Parts: sequence; structure tokens; C-alpha cells
Amino acid sequence: MPYQQIKFYQAGSFVAGNRLLPPEERSVQARVERSNTLTSGHRACQGCGEALGARYALDAAMRATGGKLIAANATGCLEVFSTPYPESSWQLPWIHSLFGNAPAVATGIAAAMKVKGRDDVRVVGQGGDGGTLDIGFACLSGMFERGDDVLYICYDNEGYMNTGVQRSGATPPAARTATTKPVGDEPGNVFGQGKNAPLIAMAHEIPYVATATVSELRDLEYKVERAMEFRGPRYLHVFVPCPLGWGSASHDTIRLARLVKETGLFPVFEAVDGEVVGVSKIRRRVPVEEYLKLQRRFAHLFGPKGRPDVVERIQAIADRNIKRYGLLLDSETSADLPGEATDSPDTPLLRVLAEAERGPQ
Amino acid sequence: MLEQKEGSQAVADAIALCRPEVICAYPISPQTHIVESLSDKVRTGELSPCEYVSVESEFAAMSVAIGASAAGARPYTATASQGLLFMAEALYNASGLGLPIVMTVANRAIGSPINIWNDHSDSMSQRDSGWIQLYAESGQEALDLHIQAFMLAERLSLPVMVCMDGFILTHAYERVDVPGQEQVDAFLPPFEPRQVLDPAEPVTIGAMVGPEAFSEVKYLMHAKQMQALDLIPEIAAEFKEIFGRESGGLISGYRIEDAETVVLALGSVLGTIQDVVDELREKGVSIGALGVKTFRPYPLEEVRKALAGAQRVVVLEKAFAIGVGGIVGQNVRLALSGTPIRVYDVVAGLGGRPITKRSLRGLFAEAVDDRLEPQTFLDMDWDLVRRELERTQHGLATGPHAESILRDVGTVAARSH
Repeated sequence: MPYQQIKFYQAGSFVAGNRLLPPEERSVQARVERSNTLTSGHRACQGCGEALGARYALDAAMRATGGKLIAANATGCLEVFSTPYPESSWQLPWIHSLFGNAPAVATGIAAAMKVKGRDDVRVVGQGGDGGTLDIGFACLSGMFERGDDVLYICYDNEGYMNTGVQRSGATPPAARTATTKPVGDEPGNVFGQGKNAPLIAMAHEIPYVATATVSELRDLEYKVERAMEFRGPRYLHVFVPCPLGWGSASHDTIRLARLVKETGLFPVFEAVDGEVVGVSKIRRRVPVEEYLKLQRRFAHLFGPKGRPDVVERIQAIADRNIKRYGLLLDSETSADLPGEATDSPDTPLLRVLAEAERGPQ
Repeated sequence: MLEQKEGSQAVADAIALCRPEVICAYPISPQTHIVESLSDKVRTGELSPCEYVSVESEFAAMSVAIGASAAGARPYTATASQGLLFMAEALYNASGLGLPIVMTVANRAIGSPINIWNDHSDSMSQRDSGWIQLYAESGQEALDLHIQAFMLAERLSLPVMVCMDGFILTHAYERVDVPGQEQVDAFLPPFEPRQVLDPAEPVTIGAMVGPEAFSEVKYLMHAKQMQALDLIPEIAAEFKEIFGRESGGLISGYRIEDAETVVLALGSVLGTIQDVVDELREKGVSIGALGVKTFRPYPLEEVRKALAGAQRVVVLEKAFAIGVGGIVGQNVRLALSGTPIRVYDVVAGLGGRPITKRSLRGLFAEAVDDRLEPQTFLDMDWDLVRRELERTQHGLATGPHAESILRDVGTVAARSH
């Protein structure tokens, strides 16, 4: 993992900045030669986390491959808002085939590149959580199992947003969607075990699996670059808030992506060959309410007729993640768990920030 | 070179000679022997360079072919029956994107009830998917059609389905002439895609099209497919020049010149029909056979012309559109609309029921006398059908849910009036 000495950070958000860094240390997005793979003018909503995540991920992949990249896209918001005929926001070779086959189309492209001896050209498959976890899951698993040389990126906004915010296999418990309305004794989505795509990807023992959010974009860029160092199937799961589907303010997209990690609800980690090799520690732990209250999809849990019992159950999920992945810096709660920092910056704050900037170890 | 070969092996040989670069397939009977053989050829290096991708479903098979073709490689896959249905969404996508994918359909029935034997229900269900459909009459023709199919697909930039009767052709041994590599290379140039995913020249493929242009795009797909009506005979002629034999084309007549009765069919059953035609001709019956080799695009004018002199046409088809009747028959009636020619539609050979010469003799005798109903079923066990119909009428079976619900709704509606 590239170590970057922290020099500047933003008060409040703890976001590390890099505009005053030497050019070679800057993020891909902060460089003048960034490729703008998903260029401006597309029709994503204000504050769309998916557009942000895709731009950063693909620009980083373009940089890592010297611009020799082909993308296969699943049907969904990302496809619809980027390619209203006859316009396209894509500045790389890009194909949209169907909702459930992006991993297999990517396999086909990778096979074509292999047979033609073009191992310099790399392939990215991408889609939303519905296209990845639900309808495209068999193709994804097949691609993993065969060992095809594809980086698959799932932009997870926890529902079918393109079709009008219906529940997907990635919709969290209690969340309101058009098909899980806050009516009845158990308002919102059911409490199930969910479908943890990163863990399922790891169970395939593929070379690289990582999660990221659009609040820590340097970490996202790093993980894409790291993924491109491997051959074979790789999986990146990016948490991307959806203001439209979640009923959140457009200006809260980054805040929500940060809070989901800081609550422990979305563990940010990376795994090599099926083993977790690093986790991003929580910098400032917050209760799940802080995350939930910013979203109208959870509004039924609060207020006079609120459901503190349900909030408690969600908190329990966060607590379990914190324990399971060792998300706290406190050695008492995270001892013997993977991802402990191996270096010791001078002060606790610097240590926290170094973790944030470096991403997981 | 003349060899005694199983139909599947002959097809696998033909495919290998066409130098596919990506083969992606999922096993389903009776297609398996083709892809097993191709897997061997890739593993031993006989077919190289080629990537053999063992996919997890037919949907993935077609999707891998889509990706490979869009990236400029020549893909091949094979399927049958349920597998063809499982890739249906991707079939429309491949044709809509104009990708020249060649696929074998080893024709097999569709369930439920599950049945692995031959009929044309599978490929007929996808006749409107935008794919060109060729139907082979013999193992030799299956071999030849695949070689022609790659050329046809790539010249038009459209996908082509080569349909061959499952088991009857895929598993039967016959003498086939397997061409040499030089011959095939002389016939089939390397694949040059019309549009390709290339970082040096980035293109967006698969954009969304709204009402402002959707009809036009669909019409253009039709216009492109219709070009095959000119191209298929040209390719068959080029094929004959290099390989020295007639194969493919749009239609193929057998003793139809002066025939009052013409039997029209697709695929391997044509051989049996021709035998019976010969027998009847010896007895002085004016009868012939017309094979439809290309079903999509539909050679309407050619069918019309070929049947112009007939008094009646017996359409013998191995498919059945539930709720209507014959499928090929509808298409033949379309070609003959406005003419006084009588069309008898005969559904035969469903789910692998043998179509015997004996049955055909009886059928044709009735047809010649105009004693056939417009829609009949060859060798149907009507007693069995009647017994079952009677049994269900007496309420001994619970019947499908939909009808039970409808009965309830009917009662409610009756009460309210």
C-alpha cells in the first residue's frame, strides 16, 4: 500500500486534502491529466453517489492501465444517465448489453483480448447492486470461479433506483422502498441476513476484494489501482448514496458515505486471496441514528411514533461489524483482528489521519 | 476428405476450420457432443488461438459471445431447447447490437413436460429474435451451413442460428466430406468487425434509444436481415465454386416442377418426405417436396414462386403454436395469400415422435384427395386425448390454479347480478 504522509486535512470532515502536495503525490482526480472517463454533461441527479464513484474508479483504472481499458456496463442508472442516444459521457470503449450479464460480457471481452494477445488492455465490468447482487449474480460468480481477468465494480446504492426505488438484495433492514413501505408491524425492509457480496466474493478466493465509499475517494482510487496490480477476477464494492432513493439532501451524499463507515454499518476493508488484509478504522465512532436520521427512508423509525427498538437492532448490526472486522482503533476492542496499523505515527490524531489517508494496511 | 462421422463431430470439425477465437458453451443435450469435441480441439492445440470458456449458463454463453464479438473476436456457441430460451434476452441483444455470432441449435422440444427429443419448438420460438435461421437437412449440410454461416454473419454483421435436428442429425453417423483448411481459408476471410471496443478509438455500444428513433432502428434491423435473401444464394454459389457441392440457399425443391401436391418442410424430415415422394411418383401421383432452408429472413417470394403451380401444399412442421396451430403453416399462407392454393398444416414429430414413411404415405394420400382438415396432427393418439379430456370434465383432476380462480370469480360475478 502506498504510504502518503498526511500534511493537510479538512476540519470537521477529517478529509485529507492534497492540492498543496507535489503533483506526483496527488490523487488521480487532482491531476491535470485525469482522463474524465465519465465526462460532464450526463444526466445523473444532483448529489449522485454512483456518478461520483464511477468517475473516480474509472479514472483511477484508466491511469493504472495507461488508458487501455474497456468497460462492460449493466443496465441501470449509470447506464441510463450516461448514454441517452445519441449522446454518451463515456470516453473509453464502453458496452451496455443487458441488466444481468455485465460480468459475462466482460468475460467475453477479456477472452477476446487474451486470444488476440492484447494483455495490455484490461477489462472492467460495472453495475448497481441490483444488477450485481440480484439479477447478475450467477454471471458474477461464474466469472469469479473461472478466474477471468476482470475487475468488477458494484456501485451499491441499496436498491433499484432506476426503476423507482424498489427493494434489492442489498436494501438494508427497515429501509423504506416502493416495495417495502413503512406499513404493518415491521415497517420497511425485513431484517434478514442480507447478501454480503464482498464476503461471497472472498469465498471464491479471488485475488482481490475490496470495499470503499465515496467519502474516501483517495482510498477508492488506491483500491482500484491496487486491483489493477492483480490478474484474474477482482471485486470492488463501492457504497454510493442515492439522494433520490434515500430521501436525503444532495449535499449530504459525502456525509452519508462517511457516516455509514463511521457507524460501522459498512465495513471498509480489502482482502487478498480470500483473506482480509486491512480494514479502514473508524475515526470517530457515531451511533447509527446520526446516519439514519439524514434519510427519509428511515424517517418512520424516529419521531413520536418512532421505533427505537428497530434502531437498536440496526445498531446491533453496526456493533457486530465493528467487532467482526475490528473497526475500532482501541486495541481492547480490536485486538487480534486483522488490519491493525503496523506503524506508529507520533500522535493519536496523526495516526488516525494516516489510516484515513493510507487506507487499510 | 470423405469420412464416416457423427453429425456433431462433423459440425465441430467445420467450426474448428472456421477458426473461432472464443467458444463459450453450456452443456445441454443434444448439443453436447459438438462442444465436447471443440473443447478437445482447444485443449490439444488443434484449434489455436482460441479461448474455450465454460460458462455457468446459456444466458452467460450468449453474453460472453456478445462481449467477445464486440471486442473483435469471432465467437461460437451451441445450445438447444431450454438453453435457447434461457438465453432469449441475450439473443435479442446480440441481434440488436448487430453482432455476427454463429450458434448451433441442436433442435429439441421445450418443456414442460420435460422432453429431450427432437422437434423445432426451440428455434421456432426465437424466429422473431432478429437472428438469421438456417435449417440443415443432413449432417453434410449442417457442416456446410456452419461454414457459410460465419461468412453470412460477418458480411451482414448479424447473428446466425444454424438449426440441426437433435439426435437425428447430431447423433447419427453418415458419410461427410470434411473440407481442408486451405479451402475454408480461401472461402472465409478473417473477421473484420464493423464496430469494435478498442481503447485507441473509444466507442459507446448499446445506448438507450427512445420513441424518437426506436421504430427506425427496428426497421433498419429488418432491412438488414432482408439483405440476407440476396446474400444467402450468393454465398451458396461461392461455396459451390470452392467446395464443389450445393448446400444451403433459401429453398430447395424436389420434383416440384409439375407437382399438384407439394409437401413443405424444414430440416432432416425432408429426406423421408423425398423417399415417399419417389414412391408416389412411381405410382403416378403428381407430388413433390419443398425444403425451406432459410426460415429467417423468410423467403416469401421464393416460396410463393415455387408453389405457384401447385393445387395444394402440405406443410409438415415439427412445431406447434399453442392457441393457434402451425407456425410454418402461417408463413406459407402468408406467401400464398390471394391464390387459390389450399394449405394443409400438419404438426408432426413433436417431442421426438418418429415421422415414418408409412404415416406419411397415409397422410399424403388423404391430402391428394383433399380429405385433410386445414390443421391436423400426424399420428395423434386421439383416444388418449379424449379419455383425458373426459376425465378432467368430471372433476377428477383439480386443474390449473388459473381456472380454479376463474371459476370462483365467475360465481362472484353471477351473484352480483
